[in-house]
Amino acid sequence: MEEAKLKAQIMDEQAMGRALTRIAHEVIERNEGAEGIGIVGIVSRGAVIAPLLADEIEKIEGVRPPVGTLDISFYRDDVSRMIAPVLHSTNIPFNVDDHDIILVDDVLYTGRTIRSALDALIDYGRPKTVQLAVMVDRGHRELPIRADYVGKNVPSSRDEDVRVNIKPSDDTTSVEIWTKPSKHNGGAN
Amino acid sequence: MLSVKHLIDTTSLTEDDIYQILDTARAFEDVNNRAIKKVPALRGRTIVNLFLEPSTRTKSSFELAEKRLSADSLSMGGATSSVVKGESLADTIQTIDAMNVDMFVCRAKLAGTPQKITEHTDAIVINAGDGKHQHPTQAMLDLYTIRKHFGHLDGLKVAIVGDLSHSRVCGSLVPALKTVGAEVTLVGPPTFQVDDPDYYGVPQTADFDSVIPEMDVVYMLRVQLERMEGASIPSRREYNRLWGLDMSRVDRMKPNAIICHPGPMNRGMEINADVADCARSRILTQVNAGVLTRMAEMYLLLGGENNGISA
Repeated sequence: MEEAKLKAQIMDEQAMGRALTRIAHEVIERNEGAEGIGIVGIVSRGAVIAPLLADEIEKIEGVRPPVGTLDISFYRDDVSRMIAPVLHSTNIPFNVDDHDIILVDDVLYTGRTIRSALDALIDYGRPKTVQLAVMVDRGHRELPIRADYVGKNVPSSRDEDVRVNIKPSDDTTSVEIWTKPSKHNGGAN
Repeated sequence: MLSVKHLIDTTSLTEDDIYQILDTARAFEDVNNRAIKKVPALRGRTIVNLFLEPSTRTKSSFELAEKRLSADSLSMGGATSSVVKGESLADTIQTIDAMNVDMFVCRAKLAGTPQKITEHTDAIVINAGDGKHQHPTQAMLDLYTIRKHFGHLDGLKVAIVGDLSHSRVCGSLVPALKTVGAEVTLVGPPTFQVDDPDYYGVPQTADFDSVIPEMDVVYMLRVQLERMEGASIPSRREYNRLWGLDMSRVDRMKPNAIICHPGPMNRGMEINADVADCARSRILTQVNAGVLTRMAEMYLLLGGENNGISA
């Protein structure tokens, strides 16, 4: 099996920061303020981005929306391929009932993660609305799911991995395209 | 991913296996504290609970765990199954297996039955207690309960007290505690001690009072009146005086020490009624941990890559 190779960097720290600021504005515009918004990041990368989005919204509106994390391991439809080595607990420190939930993930790909996340979220309560924010939309949807807020649309091949890196979890803050090692079924979906 | 395909005994579990089960169970604790206590993790999987010996708490704990994982399950009992009509175990298993089930959960009077079942099916087998041999899912819930209180397991001093030689709880708890680095002392009347003192490689004594002040956990075993041939102990009262846990002994425990019991209890024999309900008692925490750890075990075994049943 050959190794994964870096093909291109498509966003740097500045570009990602600008995209988050724009998404924050769009969220506020669409929801007419920050009242009643709750942000939920999908483990693991979405959970890193979620508080950054909350920071941006707070800068603009002076109100910081509550932030939670959602682990969807138990909701996957491909248990055998999934199981994370470490299970992160779901932690939503606010009542999702009657909140407008901004669901956050790093990459939108097949849509299956989001389907699982919707199932998981609805087991916690009945949100008023659920809106989806992603840093990258790379296409190749397998389900009728779309994002409400997108950092960047990145047309990609299925043979490639799109990686979203964020400090301090990663060495850099960037979005990169990697060519997949042959026959390896990794990468974010 | 666990290193084993089946859960037959704790002896074959690695330290990593044990912590995977305990960590996964921790994630299920959050699920069990929600209004909707169910996840779709094992949707479409079929589990057969084969209980060839009476059991209330283990069986209901497994059934609840299966429901909370969205598995389809079927419970069969000894009295209602064809085993009483003279059908051999192998035939029973092959018959059920022909209906395409994914997992057997087996409780049996005869030690070795769950292991035997693995020879007649491709399904995954969980031992829910076999004779005097082992009861691995009990050991996992005990470790979960102890870890929840102390935050860790290594270095803890644990006394297991009572009917050692008849106890499958002891049989699976001792190896599991040793794997995670706890120090075990066995306490019991000479007639209840294990034949070969080196069998578990842990110290064994009849003097309960001398070990009490050093222990972090005092684990009282049930005196299994149904497994005893002849009288191994003089009387209920004398047993209680020498090896039962009463308040005077509880008062001599370390300030942060806890009490466990696998249930069902013989109140007034191995444990006094007021002790079972005191602040140190973790008996109901154990029951709660039973559902969580069994969810974790089934999730990890059925979700594994090595089971050959998932796409």
